[in-house]
Amino acid sequence: MNNSIQVSCSKKNLKTIRDFVTQYLSQYDLSEIVLNQIVLAVDEISANLIIHANQENADKFMELAIERKNGQLLFEISDNGISFQRSNYKEPDIEEHIRIGKKGGVGIAIVNRIMDKVEFTSEEGRNICRLYKTVF
Amino acid sequence: MFNLKFRCDVKELQMKITHEINDNTITISLDGELDASSSVLLDEELSNPSIMKYNKILVDCAKLNYISSAGLGVFISHLQRFEDSQIKLIFYNMQEKVKNVFEILGLDLLMTIVSTQEEAMSVANE
Repeated sequence: MNNSIQVSCSKKNLKTIRDFVTQYLSQYDLSEIVLNQIVLAVDEISANLIIHANQENADKFMELAIERKNGQLLFEISDNGISFQRSNYKEPDIEEHIRIGKKGGVGIAIVNRIMDKVEFTSEEGRNICRLYKTVF
Repeated sequence: MFNLKFRCDVKELQMKITHEINDNTITISLDGELDASSSVLLDEELSNPSIMKYNKILVDCAKLNYISSAGLGVFISHLQRFEDSQIKLIFYNMQEKVKNVFEILGLDLLMTIVSTQEEAMSVANE
């Protein structure tokens, strides 16, 4: 089974990413809710890479690789854009977002709540986000 | 390891939005997937000043198959403005997997989500 995909940094390719993750996970007997949560977490990270790290530049590419490792699913999402600074990250206050009408800034919170472990690293100019989820 | 490579993959429009107007109520039906790409359409829809002339906005989610933070963000960003103008925003017919995404952020407690159209009408008329 294909376990990696590379797409250009266009928001239209988020659908391609979601379809790829859904297709890969179809080999496992996951509930509709868990399947949707995992697809969502990968979509959120991919959207951040495409929009913020690569400014939707379709000449740039991001890559997703999925593997089953030690009873866990590992999603590795990588690009060469601007790296995510975890130290600048603040957990959102949703009621405050509603009060001030803020549109963004809740994606990473969703990912953190869905996944068991979320790692961001930069290796030789390449940014890698690893998402771990135990489903077995 | 086999590698798949896609460049600009042209997809059909992922979201179809339709309206039905009944006196002071507008029903917006969402059909498709609401992500960082398609949520722009919904934002344009809810930003249109003409929507402020209704006092009830019912959102039929029966055919909403997916929502990401970008889709949630559109509703989050307009909610206060609607509340300030005494406009009720009510979601109904939401699929469990979509409702779960609202629940992950606790939005099910801050927004009005009911099961059926009848319940939505009843809450709207309270």
